[in-house]
Amino acid sequence: MLTTVLKPTAGRARVAGHDTVAEGLHVRASIGYIPQAISVDAALTGRESLEFYARVSGVPRREREARIAQAIETMGLETMVERLARTYSGGMLRRLEVATALLTRPRVLFLDEPTVGLDPTARRLVWEHLHMLREEEGTTLLVTTHMMEEAERHCERIAIMDLGRLAAQGSPQELREEYGAASLDDVFAAATGREIVEGGSFRDVRQQRRLSRRLG
Amino acid sequence: MSASSAGFPAGSAELRLDPLARLGRLVFGTAAIARVEAQKLRHDNLDILTRSVQPLLWLFVFGTALQHARSLNGGYGDYRAYIAPGVMAQAALFVAIFYGLAVIWERDLGQLQRLLATPLPRLGIVLGKASGASVRAIVQAFVLFAVLAVARIDIHWSVLGVLGSIVLLALGTAAFACLSMVLAAVVKTRERFMGIGQLVAMPLFFASSALYPLALLPVWLRAIARVNPLTYEVEGMRRMLLSLPVGDALWIDFAVTFAFLAVFAGLAARLYPRAIL
Repeated sequence: MLTTVLKPTAGRARVAGHDTVAEGLHVRASIGYIPQAISVDAALTGRESLEFYARVSGVPRREREARIAQAIETMGLETMVERLARTYSGGMLRRLEVATALLTRPRVLFLDEPTVGLDPTARRLVWEHLHMLREEEGTTLLVTTHMMEEAERHCERIAIMDLGRLAAQGSPQELREEYGAASLDDVFAAATGREIVEGGSFRDVRQQRRLSRRLG
Repeated sequence: MSASSAGFPAGSAELRLDPLARLGRLVFGTAAIARVEAQKLRHDNLDILTRSVQPLLWLFVFGTALQHARSLNGGYGDYRAYIAPGVMAQAALFVAIFYGLAVIWERDLGQLQRLLATPLPRLGIVLGKASGASVRAIVQAFVLFAVLAVARIDIHWSVLGVLGSIVLLALGTAAFACLSMVLAAVVKTRERFMGIGQLVAMPLFFASSALYPLALLPVWLRAIARVNPLTYEVEGMRRMLLSLPVGDALWIDFAVTFAFLAVFAGLAARLYPRAIL
């Protein structure tokens, strides 16, 4: 909804200062969005994907090449951009995706489960690059995850959603104190009143499994 | 790397809202998508060859077998030449009708959601994908033209005729690809789409003038063929590629095909966001 792909049934939201319904086009021009599944095409090379997203997201032609070079450098993609994305590992794919989302210099970057299906090394690499991005470019990152331990370690503010409703929000510290819990896992259980594994439709599960398989 | 010079300063995407800028985004967005579709094709050129086999079978097996059935060729000497435009359009039709599968696939992967979150207009996404189908159709048409030339099949070769028929083929293919995207937005899963695709493609092919003149069909089937856009696409190509009297019906073929594209592109752009739910 915040990326304007879905229409809200009620309420309003502003992203990067623009209303998501009335000024959807402005919102889309100021954000980057990386869905949970793989959004770069496996049949294209990394550079072709970068060029494509530069074109469709309105990067001025004069700056295209420079920004692509910059994104490649920021995400450390130099050795692989000329290869087909089909041959990438899961972590490489995620880094390429983040690079494609950086081309517009988004003020807000949405990442849906950026580390799902990745091995611990790849996961660490992705987070390192995201931290770098936040510190050096001042991009606001909005990340969704099921891994409370990741949220605790990497995020400044956390909102816990339960069946589409906001169950709790605050910094990891505040949340732990509010619920008198030792870890965010416990906070989650207390805030939602149930274990973490419930919920999620059959299709979500199926999609996630398929995705994990693809990521190897 | 320093923060502001080498980095990505916040929110520098400039956005103009005047009609010209909107039209620009539409045109360039469409071109960008068509371009990557062509790039994908270049990385996988085996696909073109395998897809060219079926039209060649129609042309040389079916066409040769029925060459002596005098009534089939619509008064034209060589039956293979008569069905060549039909076979070309048929190959393109099958590419186009199953293009919706790619859309569902991209939805499952997340590419579609990603595209919908860019400033690209929805009509641009739809037209870009449709042009991707047209690019494939054009490449296949060139393969077929080459075979027709080598086999010395009695085509009336003229630059205008070949170019014109390719334009018409591209328009028709884009239109059927839009139809396919509408279907994809409605049926939503790959499994169901396979069935629907067959259900739509075969009748479109047989209830048209691709393989035989309309005059041979029973009245009810002729009525269906008359509203089938494939008939106009094939008839138009035939007028341009065979030495037949052109008449003034050619512009009707173009107009019908273009109108068909406009209607289904509009419909697909409206329904497209529904495909992601």
